[in-house]
Amino acid sequence: MNVGMEQFLEVFFEEAEEHLANLEHLLLTLDVDAPDREALNGIFRAAHSIKGSSGMFGFDDLTAVTHVLETLLDKIRSDQIALRGEMIDVFLQARDVLAQLLACHKYQSVDPGIPVEGTVARLQALIDSHSEMSTAAVEDSAYGLFTEPPAQTDEEAFGFFDDNAGQTVADTADGDAFGFFEDQPGAPQAPSASTPDEAYGLFDAEKVSPTEDAFGFFDEQPDAPVAPPEMVVETPSYGVYAKAPGSPTIPAAAVPVSDSNVSTEERRSGDRRSTDRRAASSPPAVPRPTGDSESSSIRVSVEKIDSLINQVGELVITQAMLAQLTAGLDPAVFEKINQALSQLEHNTRELQESVMSIRMLPISFIFNRFPRVVRDTASKLGKKVELILQGEHTELDKGVIEKLTDPLTHIIRNSVDHGIEMPAERIAAGKPEHGTVRLSAFHQGGRIVVEINDDGKGLARDKILAKAREQGMAVSDDMPDSEVWQLIFMPGFSTAEVVTDLSGRGVGMDVVRRNISAIGGRIDIESLAGHGTRITIRLPLTLAILDGMIVAAGTVHYVIPLTYIIESLQPKADDIRSMRGSQRTVIRVRGEYLTLLSLHSLLNLEGEPPVPWQAIVLILEAEGRKFALLVDDLIGQQQVVIKSLEQNFRRIDGITGATIMGDGSVALILDVDALPRLASHGELVNESCE
Amino acid sequence: MNPASDNNSSEPVQEFLTFTLGSEEYAIDILRVQEIRGYDQVTAIANSPAFIKGVINLRGAIVPIVDLRIKFNLPSVTYDPFTVVIILNVLNRIVGIVVDSVSDVLALMPNEIKPAPEFGGSFDTQYLMGLATVEERMLILVNIEQLMSSQEMALLNEGSDA
Repeated sequence: MNVGMEQFLEVFFEEAEEHLANLEHLLLTLDVDAPDREALNGIFRAAHSIKGSSGMFGFDDLTAVTHVLETLLDKIRSDQIALRGEMIDVFLQARDVLAQLLACHKYQSVDPGIPVEGTVARLQALIDSHSEMSTAAVEDSAYGLFTEPPAQTDEEAFGFFDDNAGQTVADTADGDAFGFFEDQPGAPQAPSASTPDEAYGLFDAEKVSPTEDAFGFFDEQPDAPVAPPEMVVETPSYGVYAKAPGSPTIPAAAVPVSDSNVSTEERRSGDRRSTDRRAASSPPAVPRPTGDSESSSIRVSVEKIDSLINQVGELVITQAMLAQLTAGLDPAVFEKINQALSQLEHNTRELQESVMSIRMLPISFIFNRFPRVVRDTASKLGKKVELILQGEHTELDKGVIEKLTDPLTHIIRNSVDHGIEMPAERIAAGKPEHGTVRLSAFHQGGRIVVEINDDGKGLARDKILAKAREQGMAVSDDMPDSEVWQLIFMPGFSTAEVVTDLSGRGVGMDVVRRNISAIGGRIDIESLAGHGTRITIRLPLTLAILDGMIVAAGTVHYVIPLTYIIESLQPKADDIRSMRGSQRTVIRVRGEYLTLLSLHSLLNLEGEPPVPWQAIVLILEAEGRKFALLVDDLIGQQQVVIKSLEQNFRRIDGITGATIMGDGSVALILDVDALPRLASHGELVNESCE
Repeated sequence: MNPASDNNSSEPVQEFLTFTLGSEEYAIDILRVQEIRGYDQVTAIANSPAFIKGVINLRGAIVPIVDLRIKFNLPSVTYDPFTVVIILNVLNRIVGIVVDSVSDVLALMPNEIKPAPEFGGSFDTQYLMGLATVEERMLILVNIEQLMSSQEMALLNEGSDA
């Protein structure tokens, strides 16, 4: 297989995976009793696109499954077969089979265990049980788009624009569109006649039968193939198109018809599926018919982006180095250099921001898998659970997103498993039979917050406390709730027998928390008995850069992530108390006694730790506990580029990573979560003495 | 950068970089050597063995530095402008080792390499590829990849299967 073909294959696999994800998403949101026509069309298109391109690459098993799937979908879509609940299950099974087949093809392995035949037979059975007319040929359905009964009346055309007016179109769109079709029935032909071929082809339907088909096209298939705006830009000599680029709203009624045509398309060209659909219905001889879509986005390998980010990181360091080197220069003499350097700083920062934004992905990337998780878990348990997704478009670093998948899956599964009660129990408690799990994401103070809310029975305080005592943890009955909830994150709670008798999240929550803090995030729980539980995860926007406080201990500089720091202060001598009989020191901060740890002794640094009242104490909060950290000095606040220690070295207790400072030296980033643990190797750490 | 890691069987001549540690002369596969540089300021790593001097910034990469002299209990360990760090490329990682001095690059025929006897040198025999004699000097051929990946070097995460 030549290189070119491999490229196409890669694109095929990526697109097919997208189609499958889309298919699953649509299936899960589909209302069986009143299926949304658009959703049905979307499902059909996804199946069809996979079929079209898998046929092209000769993946016959994929084609076989998608063919039957598509045939059935087409019948449902055209109301020949009514949609039933069990069909969704079969469809989902088919989706899984397709995903397995794809994986096999991708890694060129063979798995004879994939139930291709069974799935095809099941789908076929659904078709046969309903109708003997399984004659809908492949080609027919490919053009199903155009064979839909075209909307004949002006009202329907009107309706289409009306629907879309909500997006970007001004209200004038209605009147305009109306006018377009009503007053100038022959108009669509005019632009196509004078347009170069590429654009021409897109208006096939209009050529055949100008008015009706154009209606059908727009009304039935808002996602249908459209011309990307770039094409239009290429033909500026045609007056009618010249206005279109950059004008996303429908112009006033007086503007020529084709303008509204084009701008409508512009709006839609954002929809990738549209072009894929076109790819599938175009003659198979074209090897890469999706070329059009490349105008709005390109696929780039993650390595390339990562190396770009690394290079920008180097640039930032170099820039910091320059700034440091020139800091001592006389501003009067070196005014020009200083100006240029500040310009450089500005540009570097902007460049850095743009580059970082490349790695950002909408969180829907992982959110979209959860409807399935919830559905499967709930049906296995015999519960009724609805999952509500909010803020799926919130963008997060790809690295964060990937590392968030497992913890989130765990939490959501727990919510359904332990949080939401059985339907009968819920009714008895006066709640709706359907439990609700709400998954939302939003920005807050430069961080991303992901919340998982359920309206289940909440955490059982008594059981958690009992369990904690059993584990020999120091707990008391009058601990505040927030501290009780923190207990479930303790490693001791992840034992198997807790699963059944503890109402909430016992299993592996310590792992969840560890994963979350590994990406610089924090996790908190709120729970109200009988009303539900809310788990809040706060995440950094990116993994590559961190806002840090540079502190000095001895001759060494360390970076402490700002997110952990509550305050820094210079203590008075009488605020420091030593505990008799132990090495432990506490510090009084606003009436609260906190354990005072010394960075010197934690890290076994050379030299004596400073006298507390001559040094600086940072109040830190990690894993829900506050403690004080004694350092020699604060150097300053700085954004640092995080470098992995593990790439060439190993994980070090108490250190999360390293960074390169302006002078080229390496500074280590402290793992604040681990510091109390480091201290407790010798001494027990209890954070509060009050 | 890294050709196939299995060496010495098919190739007739293999090149080695030799260095000294105390009175002993060692040789490592030159293909594992990325560069040789002077000893520079390192950032110490807390709570790590003394022979891990810390990490340096090698053109943007964070690279650990191991002082083999400390690791093998050599009596005098000084850091001066002549202290040499060999930057190795092993196991897809970059690691620096501090040695007394770097002496030579030698080409050895396979038949010049004799199996190492069980002996009480600084190195455990499992990290040795063999011995060679060059101009009456004994060279100890070290399988540096294996040495660097050993548990006792503490360069890898525990339980990592590299």
